[in-house]
Amino acid sequence: MSSSVESTATNENSSETSIRFRFSDYLGPAVVFAVFIGLWYLLSNVVLPKQKRFLLPSPHRVLTEGFFVWHSGTRRGLYPILMSLWDSAKIALIGLILTIIIGMSLAILMSSRRWFERATWPYLVAVQSAPILALTPLIRALIDGSTKQRLLVVVLIAIFPIVSNTLFGLLSADKSQHELFTLHNTSRWTRLTKLQIPSALPNIFVGLRISAGLAVIGAVVGDFYFREGGVVGIGAQIDVYRARLWGPELITAIILASLLGLTVFLVFGWIAKKVTGKWHISTRGN
Amino acid sequence: METQPVTTDQSMMAHPALSFNSVSKTFPDGTRALDDISFSIEPGEFVTVVGPSGCGKSTLLRIASHLEECTSGSYSIDESSIGYVFQDATLMPWRTVQRNVELIAELHKIDKPTRAQLVQEAISLVGLSGFEEKYPRQLSGGMKMRASLARSLVLKPKVFLFDEPFGALDEITRERLNDELLRLFQHEGFAGLFITHSISEAVYMSTRVMVMSARPGRITHTFDIPFAFPRTHDLRYEPEFARICGEISHALRGEQQ
Repeated sequence: MSSSVESTATNENSSETSIRFRFSDYLGPAVVFAVFIGLWYLLSNVVLPKQKRFLLPSPHRVLTEGFFVWHSGTRRGLYPILMSLWDSAKIALIGLILTIIIGMSLAILMSSRRWFERATWPYLVAVQSAPILALTPLIRALIDGSTKQRLLVVVLIAIFPIVSNTLFGLLSADKSQHELFTLHNTSRWTRLTKLQIPSALPNIFVGLRISAGLAVIGAVVGDFYFREGGVVGIGAQIDVYRARLWGPELITAIILASLLGLTVFLVFGWIAKKVTGKWHISTRGN
Repeated sequence: METQPVTTDQSMMAHPALSFNSVSKTFPDGTRALDDISFSIEPGEFVTVVGPSGCGKSTLLRIASHLEECTSGSYSIDESSIGYVFQDATLMPWRTVQRNVELIAELHKIDKPTRAQLVQEAISLVGLSGFEEKYPRQLSGGMKMRASLARSLVLKPKVFLFDEPFGALDEITRERLNDELLRLFQHEGFAGLFITHSISEAVYMSTRVMVMSARPGRITHTFDIPFAFPRTHDLRYEPEFARICGEISHALRGEQQ
Protein backbone atom coordinates (compact mmCIF):
# COMPACT_ATOMS: atom_id res chain seq x y z
CA MET A 1 0.00 0.00 0.00
CA SER A 2 1.52 3.27 -1.02
CA SER A 3 0.85 5.61 1.83
CA SER A 4 -0.18 8.53 -0.26
CA VAL A 5 -1.65 11.46 1.54
CA GLU A 6 -2.55 14.02 -1.05
CA SER A 7 -3.10 17.29 0.68
CA THR A 8 -4.51 17.34 4.15
CA ALA A 9 -8.19 17.43 4.87
CA THR A 10 -9.50 20.93 4.42
CA ASN A 11 -11.39 23.53 6.40
CA GLU A 12 -11.83 22.23 9.89
CA ASN A 13 -11.99 25.68 11.44
CA SER A 14 -15.73 26.25 11.23
CA SER A 15 -16.59 24.86 14.65
CA GLU A 16 -14.04 26.98 16.49
CA THR A 17 -15.01 30.33 15.03
CA SER A 18 -18.71 29.89 15.70
CA ILE A 19 -18.16 29.35 19.43
CA ARG A 20 -16.06 32.43 20.03
CA PHE A 21 -18.01 35.52 21.03
CA ARG A 22 -17.57 38.23 18.47
CA PHE A 23 -18.52 41.74 19.44
CA SER A 24 -19.13 42.79 15.83
CA ASP A 25 -21.88 40.17 15.49
CA TYR A 26 -23.96 41.95 18.10
CA LEU A 27 -23.06 45.54 17.24
CA GLY A 28 -25.28 45.66 14.13
CA PRO A 29 -28.49 44.47 15.81
CA ALA A 30 -27.78 46.74 18.83
CA VAL A 31 -27.42 49.82 16.64
CA VAL A 32 -30.61 49.00 14.74
CA PHE A 33 -32.41 48.53 18.08
CA ALA A 34 -31.25 51.94 19.34
CA VAL A 35 -32.34 53.62 16.11
CA PHE A 36 -35.69 51.84 16.36
CA ILE A 37 -36.31 53.04 19.93
CA GLY A 38 -35.24 56.55 18.95
CA LEU A 39 -37.68 56.63 16.05
CA TRP A 40 -40.42 55.30 18.29
CA TYR A 41 -39.92 58.14 20.80
CA LEU A 42 -39.86 60.62 17.96
CA LEU A 43 -43.05 59.22 16.49
CA SER A 44 -45.04 59.10 19.73
CA ASN A 45 -43.87 62.47 21.12
CA VAL A 46 -43.23 64.71 18.12
CA VAL A 47 -44.67 63.41 14.88
CA LEU A 48 -48.09 62.31 16.08
CA PRO A 49 -50.49 65.20 16.86
CA LYS A 50 -51.20 65.51 20.60
CA GLN A 51 -54.73 64.15 20.53
CA LYS A 52 -53.60 60.98 18.73
CA ARG A 53 -50.62 60.10 20.88
CA PHE A 54 -52.63 57.47 22.79
CA LEU A 55 -52.28 55.32 19.67
CA LEU A 56 -48.58 54.85 20.23
CA PRO A 57 -47.45 55.28 23.84
CA SER A 58 -43.73 55.85 24.43
CA PRO A 59 -41.50 52.81 24.97
CA HIS A 60 -41.13 53.41 28.71
CA ARG A 61 -44.91 53.51 29.13
CA VAL A 62 -45.23 50.20 27.29
CA LEU A 63 -42.73 48.77 29.74
CA THR A 64 -44.32 50.15 32.91
CA GLU A 65 -47.97 49.71 31.90
CA GLY A 66 -47.72 46.68 29.64
CA PHE A 67 -44.82 44.45 30.60
CA PHE A 68 -44.46 45.29 34.30
CA VAL A 69 -48.13 44.95 35.28
CA TRP A 70 -48.73 41.29 35.99
CA HIS A 71 -52.48 41.08 36.21
CA SER A 72 -55.24 43.63 36.66
CA GLY A 73 -58.83 43.00 35.73
CA THR A 74 -59.61 40.20 33.30
CA ARG A 75 -57.63 41.47 30.38
CA ARG A 76 -55.11 43.96 31.67
CA GLY A 77 -51.48 43.17 32.41
CA LEU A 78 -48.87 40.77 31.18
CA TYR A 79 -50.49 37.55 32.44
CA PRO A 80 -53.58 37.55 30.18
CA ILE A 81 -51.38 38.52 27.25
CA LEU A 82 -49.04 35.60 27.92
CA MET A 83 -51.99 33.23 28.28
CA SER A 84 -53.38 34.16 24.90
CA LEU A 85 -49.90 34.07 23.41
CA TRP A 86 -49.54 30.50 24.68
CA ASP A 87 -52.94 29.65 23.19
CA SER A 88 -51.86 30.99 19.80
CA ALA A 89 -48.45 29.34 20.05
CA LYS A 90 -50.16 25.95 20.49
CA ILE A 91 -52.31 26.56 17.42
CA ALA A 92 -49.28 27.71 15.44
CA LEU A 93 -47.25 24.66 16.46
CA ILE A 94 -49.95 22.06 15.79
CA GLY A 95 -50.81 23.88 12.55
CA LEU A 96 -47.16 23.88 11.56
CA ILE A 97 -46.84 20.14 12.15
CA LEU A 98 -49.93 19.59 9.99
CA THR A 99 -48.48 21.91 7.37
CA ILE A 100 -45.20 20.00 7.31
CA ILE A 101 -46.93 16.63 6.96
CA ILE A 102 -49.34 17.79 4.25
CA GLY A 103 -46.79 20.00 2.48
CA MET A 104 -44.04 17.42 2.32
CA SER A 105 -46.39 14.67 1.17
CA LEU A 106 -47.64 16.96 -1.57
CA ALA A 107 -44.10 17.82 -2.61
CA ILE A 108 -43.09 14.15 -2.72
CA LEU A 109 -46.11 13.29 -4.86
CA MET A 110 -45.40 16.26 -7.12
CA SER A 111 -41.76 15.25 -7.52
CA SER A 112 -42.63 11.73 -8.56
CA ARG A 113 -45.53 12.46 -10.89
CA ARG A 114 -45.12 15.20 -13.42
CA TRP A 115 -48.85 15.45 -14.20
CA PHE A 116 -49.61 15.84 -10.50
CA GLU A 117 -47.12 18.67 -10.24
CA ARG A 118 -48.70 20.45 -13.20
CA ALA A 119 -52.20 19.84 -11.89
CA THR A 120 -51.53 21.20 -8.39
CA TRP A 121 -49.21 24.18 -8.91
CA PRO A 122 -51.82 26.75 -10.00
CA TYR A 123 -53.99 25.93 -7.00
CA LEU A 124 -51.15 26.19 -4.54
CA VAL A 125 -50.30 29.62 -5.89
CA ALA A 126 -53.98 30.54 -5.69
CA VAL A 127 -54.22 29.40 -2.06
CA GLN A 128 -51.14 31.43 -1.24
CA SER A 129 -52.56 34.62 -2.65
CA ALA A 130 -56.20 34.16 -1.62
CA PRO A 131 -57.25 36.60 1.11
CA ILE A 132 -58.28 34.65 4.19
CA LEU A 133 -60.82 37.36 4.96
CA ALA A 134 -62.76 36.36 1.86
CA LEU A 135 -62.71 32.70 2.84
CA THR A 136 -63.96 33.14 6.43
CA PRO A 137 -67.66 32.59 5.70
CA LEU A 138 -66.86 29.45 3.76
CA ILE A 139 -64.56 28.09 6.46
CA ARG A 140 -67.22 28.79 9.09
CA ALA A 141 -69.83 27.01 7.04
CA LEU A 142 -67.71 23.96 6.38
CA ILE A 143 -65.91 23.39 9.68
CA ASP A 144 -67.19 23.38 13.25
CA GLY A 145 -65.15 24.55 16.20
CA SER A 146 -62.78 27.47 16.35
CA THR A 147 -59.69 25.29 16.94
CA LYS A 148 -60.15 23.41 13.69
CA GLN A 149 -60.97 26.62 11.86
CA ARG A 150 -57.83 28.30 13.17
CA LEU A 151 -55.69 25.30 12.26
CA LEU A 152 -57.03 25.42 8.73
CA VAL A 153 -56.08 29.09 8.46
CA VAL A 154 -52.55 28.26 9.65
CA VAL A 155 -52.18 25.53 7.03
CA LEU A 156 -53.56 27.73 4.25
CA ILE A 157 -51.19 30.57 5.08
CA ALA A 158 -48.08 28.51 5.79
CA ILE A 159 -48.13 25.69 3.27
CA PHE A 160 -46.71 27.26 0.12
CA PRO A 161 -43.04 27.74 1.09
CA ILE A 162 -42.69 24.23 2.46
CA VAL A 163 -44.14 22.68 -0.70
CA SER A 164 -42.15 24.77 -3.16
CA ASN A 165 -38.83 24.45 -1.33
CA THR A 166 -39.21 20.73 -0.68
CA LEU A 167 -40.13 20.12 -4.30
CA PHE A 168 -37.17 22.15 -5.52
CA GLY A 169 -34.88 20.20 -3.19
CA LEU A 170 -36.24 16.81 -4.20
CA LEU A 171 -35.53 17.60 -7.83
CA SER A 172 -32.04 18.95 -7.12
CA ALA A 173 -30.05 15.69 -6.93
CA ASP A 174 -27.39 15.35 -9.66
CA LYS A 175 -28.07 13.33 -12.77
CA SER A 176 -25.06 11.14 -12.07
CA GLN A 177 -26.20 10.51 -8.50
CA HIS A 178 -29.53 9.36 -9.91
CA GLU A 179 -27.73 7.16 -12.41
CA LEU A 180 -25.74 5.55 -9.62
CA PHE A 181 -29.04 4.49 -8.08
CA THR A 182 -30.38 3.39 -11.47
CA LEU A 183 -27.32 1.18 -12.02
CA HIS A 184 -28.20 -0.78 -8.92
CA ASN A 185 -31.89 -1.21 -9.73
CA THR A 186 -33.05 0.81 -6.78
CA SER A 187 -36.73 1.04 -5.89
CA ARG A 188 -38.51 4.38 -5.99
CA TRP A 189 -38.77 4.36 -2.22
CA THR A 190 -35.05 3.77 -1.68
CA ARG A 191 -34.21 6.47 -4.19
CA LEU A 192 -36.51 8.83 -2.35
CA THR A 193 -35.21 8.09 1.14
CA LYS A 194 -31.53 7.61 0.40
CA LEU A 195 -31.04 10.19 -2.33
CA GLN A 196 -33.81 12.72 -2.85
CA ILE A 197 -34.83 13.54 0.71
CA PRO A 198 -31.28 13.87 2.06
CA SER A 199 -30.24 16.10 -0.81
CA ALA A 200 -33.38 18.16 -0.31
CA LEU A 201 -32.74 18.76 3.39
CA PRO A 202 -31.08 22.18 3.05
CA ASN A 203 -33.99 23.39 0.93
CA ILE A 204 -36.54 21.75 3.22
CA PHE A 205 -35.13 23.74 6.13
CA VAL A 206 -35.31 26.99 4.18
CA GLY A 207 -38.98 26.24 3.53
CA LEU A 208 -39.54 25.22 7.16
CA ARG A 209 -38.14 28.48 8.46
CA ILE A 210 -40.42 30.54 6.26
CA SER A 211 -43.43 28.34 6.91
CA ALA A 212 -42.81 28.43 10.66
CA GLY A 213 -42.89 32.24 10.64
CA LEU A 214 -46.03 32.16 8.53
CA ALA A 215 -47.64 29.65 10.91
CA VAL A 216 -47.36 32.23 13.70
CA ILE A 217 -48.94 34.85 11.45
CA GLY A 218 -51.59 32.31 10.48
CA ALA A 219 -52.40 31.63 14.12
CA VAL A 220 -52.74 35.35 14.88
CA VAL A 221 -54.90 35.94 11.81
CA GLY A 222 -56.89 32.79 12.57
CA ASP A 223 -57.88 33.75 16.09
CA PHE A 224 -58.67 37.22 14.85
CA TYR A 225 -61.49 35.77 12.77
CA PHE A 226 -62.41 32.61 14.65
CA ARG A 227 -62.86 32.94 18.38
CA GLU A 228 -65.34 31.59 20.86
CA GLY A 229 -65.42 32.06 24.64
CA GLY A 230 -62.78 31.12 27.21
CA VAL A 231 -59.14 31.88 26.60
CA VAL A 232 -58.66 33.72 23.36
CA GLY A 233 -55.64 33.81 21.10
CA ILE A 234 -53.28 36.74 20.85
CA GLY A 235 -54.89 37.96 17.63
CA ALA A 236 -58.27 38.28 19.30
CA GLN A 237 -56.63 39.90 22.31
CA ILE A 238 -54.93 42.48 20.10
CA ASP A 239 -58.27 43.24 18.49
CA VAL A 240 -59.83 43.92 21.90
CA TYR A 241 -56.99 46.24 22.93
CA ARG A 242 -57.31 48.05 19.64
CA ALA A 243 -61.04 48.52 20.08
CA ARG A 244 -60.63 49.76 23.68
CA LEU A 245 -57.67 51.99 22.81
CA TRP A 246 -55.42 50.32 25.38
CA GLY A 247 -52.15 51.46 23.85
CA PRO A 248 -49.56 49.90 26.20
CA GLU A 249 -51.25 46.48 26.23
CA LEU A 250 -51.69 46.62 22.47
CA ILE A 251 -48.02 47.31 21.85
CA THR A 252 -46.95 44.72 24.43
CA ALA A 253 -49.06 42.07 22.72
CA ILE A 254 -47.68 42.98 19.30
CA ILE A 255 -44.08 42.80 20.56
CA LEU A 256 -44.66 39.42 22.21
CA ALA A 257 -46.29 38.03 19.08
CA SER A 258 -43.28 39.17 17.04
CA LEU A 259 -40.93 37.59 19.58
CA LEU A 260 -42.81 34.31 19.18
CA GLY A 261 -42.24 34.50 15.43
CA LEU A 262 -38.56 35.33 15.95
CA THR A 263 -38.12 32.42 18.38
CA VAL A 264 -39.67 29.97 15.96
CA PHE A 265 -37.39 31.29 13.20
CA LEU A 266 -34.28 30.90 15.36
CA VAL A 267 -35.25 27.44 16.59
CA PHE A 268 -35.60 26.15 13.04
CA GLY A 269 -32.35 27.79 12.02
CA TRP A 270 -30.66 26.01 14.89
CA ILE A 271 -32.21 22.65 13.98
CA ALA A 272 -31.12 23.12 10.37
CA LYS A 273 -27.57 23.78 11.48
CA LYS A 274 -27.59 20.69 13.71
CA VAL A 275 -28.85 18.46 10.93
CA THR A 276 -27.06 19.75 7.84
CA GLY A 277 -24.28 21.93 9.22
CA LYS A 278 -21.64 19.23 9.02
CA TRP A 279 -21.92 18.66 5.31
CA HIS A 280 -23.83 21.53 3.80
CA ILE A 281 -22.01 24.72 2.90
CA SER A 282 -24.22 27.70 2.37
CA THR A 283 -23.14 30.29 -0.15
CA ARG A 284 -21.89 32.50 2.67
CA GLY A 285 -19.30 29.83 3.50
CA ASN A 286 -18.88 28.77 7.10
CA MET B 1 -35.34 0.05 -15.98
CA GLU B 2 -35.77 -2.18 -19.00
CA THR B 3 -33.47 -5.02 -19.70
CA GLN B 4 -31.73 -5.27 -23.01
CA PRO B 5 -32.02 -8.30 -25.22
CA VAL B 6 -28.85 -10.02 -24.14
CA THR B 7 -27.41 -12.66 -26.37
CA THR B 8 -24.91 -15.07 -25.04
CA ASP B 9 -22.96 -16.02 -28.11
CA GLN B 10 -22.05 -19.67 -27.72
CA SER B 11 -19.63 -19.61 -30.61
CA MET B 12 -17.18 -17.54 -28.57
CA MET B 13 -14.49 -19.57 -26.99
CA ALA B 14 -14.49 -18.41 -23.37
CA HIS B 15 -17.12 -16.31 -21.63
CA PRO B 16 -16.00 -12.78 -22.22
CA ALA B 17 -16.78 -10.39 -19.37
CA LEU B 18 -18.14 -7.89 -21.86
CA SER B 19 -18.76 -8.18 -25.58
CA PHE B 20 -20.34 -5.90 -28.16
CA ASN B 21 -21.64 -7.26 -31.45
CA SER B 22 -22.32 -4.58 -34.13
CA VAL B 23 -23.82 -2.20 -31.63
CA SER B 24 -25.16 1.05 -33.08
CA LYS B 25 -26.84 3.95 -31.41
CA THR B 26 -28.67 6.79 -33.08
CA PHE B 27 -30.03 9.59 -30.92
CA PRO B 28 -33.56 10.86 -31.54
CA ASP B 29 -32.12 13.97 -33.19
CA GLY B 30 -30.47 11.77 -35.81
CA THR B 31 -26.90 11.91 -34.44
CA ARG B 32 -25.17 8.60 -35.04
CA ALA B 33 -23.29 8.23 -31.75
CA LEU B 34 -22.08 4.67 -32.28
CA ASP B 35 -21.72 2.84 -35.54
CA ASP B 36 -21.26 -0.91 -35.76
CA ILE B 37 -19.13 -1.36 -32.66
CA SER B 38 -17.79 -4.85 -32.04
CA PHE B 39 -15.24 -5.96 -29.46
CA SER B 40 -14.97 -8.17 -26.44
CA ILE B 41 -13.09 -8.03 -23.18
CA GLU B 42 -11.92 -11.11 -21.30
CA PRO B 43 -11.43 -11.19 -17.55
CA GLY B 44 -7.99 -9.82 -16.76
CA GLU B 45 -7.99 -7.44 -19.73
CA PHE B 46 -7.88 -3.69 -19.32
CA VAL B 47 -9.16 -1.99 -22.44
CA THR B 48 -9.09 1.75 -22.97
CA VAL B 49 -11.05 3.78 -25.49
CA VAL B 50 -9.52 7.06 -26.66
CA GLY B 51 -11.17 9.47 -29.02
CA PRO B 52 -12.04 13.10 -29.57
CA SER B 53 -14.63 14.56 -27.22
CA GLY B 54 -18.17 13.91 -28.31
CA CYS B 55 -17.29 10.77 -30.24
CA GLY B 56 -19.59 8.57 -28.19
CA LYS B 57 -17.08 7.05 -25.80
CA SER B 58 -19.34 7.64 -22.83
CA THR B 59 -22.36 6.36 -24.73
CA LEU B 60 -20.48 3.07 -25.09
CA LEU B 61 -20.24 2.74 -21.31
CA ARG B 62 -23.78 3.88 -20.77
CA ILE B 63 -25.04 1.16 -23.08
CA ALA B 64 -22.83 -1.48 -21.46
CA SER B 65 -24.28 -0.59 -18.06
CA HIS B 66 -27.92 -0.41 -19.28
CA LEU B 67 -28.16 3.32 -18.61
CA GLU B 68 -29.05 3.70 -22.26
CA GLU B 69 -30.39 1.37 -24.90
CA CYS B 70 -28.72 0.66 -28.21
CA THR B 71 -30.58 1.12 -31.47
CA SER B 72 -29.34 -2.08 -33.07
CA GLY B 73 -26.88 -4.89 -32.46
CA SER B 74 -26.43 -6.92 -29.32
CA TYR B 75 -24.12 -7.08 -26.36
CA SER B 76 -23.53 -9.15 -23.30
CA ILE B 77 -22.06 -8.29 -19.95
CA ASP B 78 -21.39 -10.29 -16.82
CA GLU B 79 -24.47 -9.09 -14.97
CA SER B 80 -23.49 -10.45 -11.58
CA SER B 81 -21.47 -7.40 -10.68
CA ILE B 82 -20.72 -4.29 -12.64
CA GLY B 83 -18.63 -1.47 -11.22
CA TYR B 84 -19.16 1.98 -12.67
CA VAL B 85 -16.98 4.97 -11.90
CA PHE B 86 -18.38 8.30 -13.01
CA GLN B 87 -16.57 11.35 -14.35
CA ASP B 88 -17.11 13.12 -11.05
CA ALA B 89 -16.94 11.33 -7.73
CA THR B 90 -20.76 11.52 -7.20
CA LEU B 91 -20.37 11.15 -3.46
CA MET B 92 -23.36 11.96 -1.29
CA PRO B 93 -22.33 15.12 0.60
CA TRP B 94 -24.41 14.16 3.65
CA ARG B 95 -22.59 10.86 4.13
CA THR B 96 -19.15 10.36 5.59
CA VAL B 97 -16.52 8.49 3.58
CA GLN B 98 -17.45 5.32 5.46
CA ARG B 99 -21.17 5.71 4.74
CA ASN B 100 -20.53 6.68 1.11
CA VAL B 101 -18.45 3.58 0.49
CA GLU B 102 -21.20 1.58 2.16
CA LEU B 103 -23.91 2.90 -0.15
CA ILE B 104 -23.87 0.32 -2.95
CA ALA B 105 -23.65 -2.59 -0.52
CA GLU B 106 -26.60 -1.02 1.25
CA LEU B 107 -28.58 -0.79 -1.99
CA HIS B 108 -27.93 -4.50 -2.51
CA LYS B 109 -29.22 -5.19 1.00
CA ILE B 110 -26.06 -6.87 2.26
CA ASP B 111 -26.27 -7.43 5.99
CA LYS B 112 -24.51 -5.05 8.34
CA PRO B 113 -21.57 -7.11 9.65
CA THR B 114 -20.57 -8.28 6.14
CA ARG B 115 -21.02 -4.76 4.87
CA ALA B 116 -18.79 -3.28 7.53
CA GLN B 117 -16.04 -5.73 6.68
CA LEU B 118 -16.27 -5.17 2.91
CA VAL B 119 -16.24 -1.42 3.46
CA GLN B 120 -13.17 -1.62 5.65
CA GLU B 121 -11.33 -3.67 3.04
CA ALA B 122 -12.26 -1.32 0.20
CA ILE B 123 -11.27 1.76 2.17
CA SER B 124 -7.87 0.37 3.00
CA LEU B 125 -7.40 -0.84 -0.61
CA VAL B 126 -7.70 2.72 -1.92
CA GLY B 127 -5.56 4.12 0.90
CA LEU B 128 -8.26 6.09 2.69
CA SER B 129 -7.86 4.50 6.12
CA GLY B 130 -8.13 7.15 8.78
CA PHE B 131 -10.48 9.28 6.70
CA GLU B 132 -13.62 7.21 7.36
CA GLU B 133 -15.39 9.91 9.35
CA LYS B 134 -14.64 12.80 6.98
CA TYR B 135 -17.32 14.39 4.84
CA PRO B 136 -16.74 14.80 1.08
CA ARG B 137 -16.33 18.57 1.38
CA GLN B 138 -13.33 17.97 3.62
CA LEU B 139 -11.55 15.88 0.96
CA SER B 140 -9.32 16.85 -1.96
CA GLY B 141 -10.35 15.93 -5.51
CA GLY B 142 -8.07 12.89 -5.53
CA MET B 143 -9.38 11.61 -2.24
CA LYS B 144 -12.96 12.00 -3.42
CA MET B 145 -12.12 9.88 -6.46
CA ARG B 146 -10.54 7.25 -4.19
CA ALA B 147 -13.70 7.14 -2.10
CA SER B 148 -15.72 6.76 -5.30
CA LEU B 149 -13.45 3.89 -6.40
CA ALA B 150 -13.80 2.23 -3.00
CA ARG B 151 -17.57 2.47 -3.25
CA SER B 152 -17.51 0.51 -6.53
CA LEU B 153 -14.93 -1.95 -5.21
CA VAL B 154 -17.08 -3.04 -2.29
CA LEU B 155 -19.05 -5.56 -4.35
CA LYS B 156 -15.87 -6.87 -5.99
CA PRO B 157 -17.15 -6.34 -9.54
CA LYS B 158 -16.03 -8.60 -12.36
CA VAL B 159 -16.47 -5.84 -14.93
CA PHE B 160 -15.33 -2.33 -14.17
CA LEU B 161 -16.44 0.60 -16.33
CA PHE B 162 -14.57 3.89 -15.97
CA ASP B 163 -15.94 7.05 -17.55
CA GLU B 164 -12.94 9.42 -17.61
CA PRO B 165 -12.62 9.19 -13.84
CA PHE B 166 -9.40 11.15 -13.53
CA GLY B 167 -10.13 13.80 -16.16
CA ALA B 168 -10.64 16.59 -13.64
CA LEU B 169 -7.52 15.90 -11.56
CA ASP B 170 -4.09 17.50 -11.77
CA GLU B 171 -1.39 15.49 -13.48
CA ILE B 172 0.50 14.38 -10.37
CA THR B 173 -2.64 13.12 -8.64
CA ARG B 174 -3.80 11.52 -11.86
CA GLU B 175 -0.56 9.57 -12.35
CA ARG B 176 -0.61 8.44 -8.74
CA LEU B 177 -4.17 7.22 -9.11
CA ASN B 178 -3.23 5.46 -12.36
CA ASP B 179 -0.70 3.44 -10.36
CA GLU B 180 -3.22 2.71 -7.62
CA LEU B 181 -5.82 1.61 -10.13
CA LEU B 182 -3.32 -0.68 -11.89
CA ARG B 183 -2.46 -2.21 -8.53
CA LEU B 184 -6.17 -2.79 -7.86
CA PHE B 185 -6.55 -4.25 -11.33
CA GLN B 186 -3.82 -6.81 -10.65
CA HIS B 187 -5.11 -7.51 -7.18
CA GLU B 188 -8.76 -7.98 -8.15
CA GLY B 189 -8.38 -9.29 -11.70
CA PHE B 190 -11.49 -7.62 -13.08
CA ALA B 191 -12.12 -6.83 -16.73
CA GLY B 192 -11.73 -3.09 -17.24
CA LEU B 193 -13.17 -0.73 -19.83
CA PHE B 194 -11.67 2.70 -19.40
CA ILE B 195 -12.54 5.93 -21.19
CA THR B 196 -10.03 8.75 -21.45
CA HIS B 197 -8.73 11.36 -23.82
CA SER B 198 -5.18 11.16 -22.50
CA ILE B 199 -3.08 8.96 -24.78
CA SER B 200 -0.32 8.34 -22.25
CA GLU B 201 -2.82 7.39 -19.60
CA ALA B 202 -4.40 4.97 -22.06
CA VAL B 203 -1.09 3.31 -22.95
CA TYR B 204 0.12 3.18 -19.37
CA MET B 205 -3.03 1.55 -18.04
CA SER B 206 -4.12 -0.84 -20.74
CA THR B 207 -3.57 -4.22 -22.26
CA ARG B 208 -5.35 -2.90 -25.34
CA VAL B 209 -6.21 0.56 -26.66
CA MET B 210 -9.08 1.23 -29.06
CA VAL B 211 -9.18 4.46 -31.04
CA MET B 212 -12.60 5.87 -31.80
CA SER B 213 -13.62 8.39 -34.43
CA ALA B 214 -16.36 10.95 -34.06
CA ARG B 215 -19.68 11.10 -35.93
CA PRO B 216 -20.25 8.35 -36.49
CA GLY B 217 -18.53 6.85 -33.47
CA ARG B 218 -16.56 3.96 -34.87
CA ILE B 219 -13.57 1.96 -33.69
CA THR B 220 -10.89 2.71 -36.27
CA HIS B 221 -7.76 1.19 -34.76
CA THR B 222 -6.88 -1.28 -32.05
CA PHE B 223 -3.45 -1.46 -30.44
CA ASP B 224 -2.19 -4.25 -28.21
CA ILE B 225 0.02 -2.88 -25.49
CA PRO B 226 2.85 -5.35 -24.84
CA PHE B 227 4.28 -4.11 -21.53
CA ALA B 228 4.28 -6.61 -18.69
CA PHE B 229 2.76 -6.05 -15.27
CA PRO B 230 3.51 -4.69 -12.74
CA ARG B 231 4.19 -1.47 -14.57
CA THR B 232 6.10 1.31 -12.92
CA HIS B 233 6.24 5.02 -13.42
CA ASP B 234 9.50 4.83 -15.43
CA LEU B 235 7.69 3.04 -18.21
CA ARG B 236 6.37 6.42 -19.32
CA TYR B 237 9.87 7.45 -20.34
CA GLU B 238 10.84 4.41 -22.40
CA PRO B 239 11.25 4.79 -26.17
CA GLU B 240 8.84 1.94 -26.89
CA PHE B 241 6.19 3.68 -24.78
CA ALA B 242 6.71 6.90 -26.71
CA ARG B 243 6.54 5.04 -30.02
CA ILE B 244 3.17 3.48 -29.21
CA CYS B 245 1.85 6.81 -27.98
CA GLY B 246 2.98 8.34 -31.25
CA GLU B 247 1.20 5.71 -33.31
CA ILE B 248 -2.02 6.20 -31.40
CA SER B 249 -1.72 9.93 -31.77
CA HIS B 250 -1.36 9.54 -35.53
CA ALA B 251 -4.34 7.25 -35.64
CA LEU B 252 -6.35 9.86 -33.75
CA ARG B 253 -5.25 12.72 -35.96
CA GLY B 254 -6.05 10.73 -39.06
CA GLU B 255 -9.63 10.73 -37.86
CA GLN B 256 -9.85 14.42 -37.15
CA GLN B 257 -9.79 16.22 -40.45
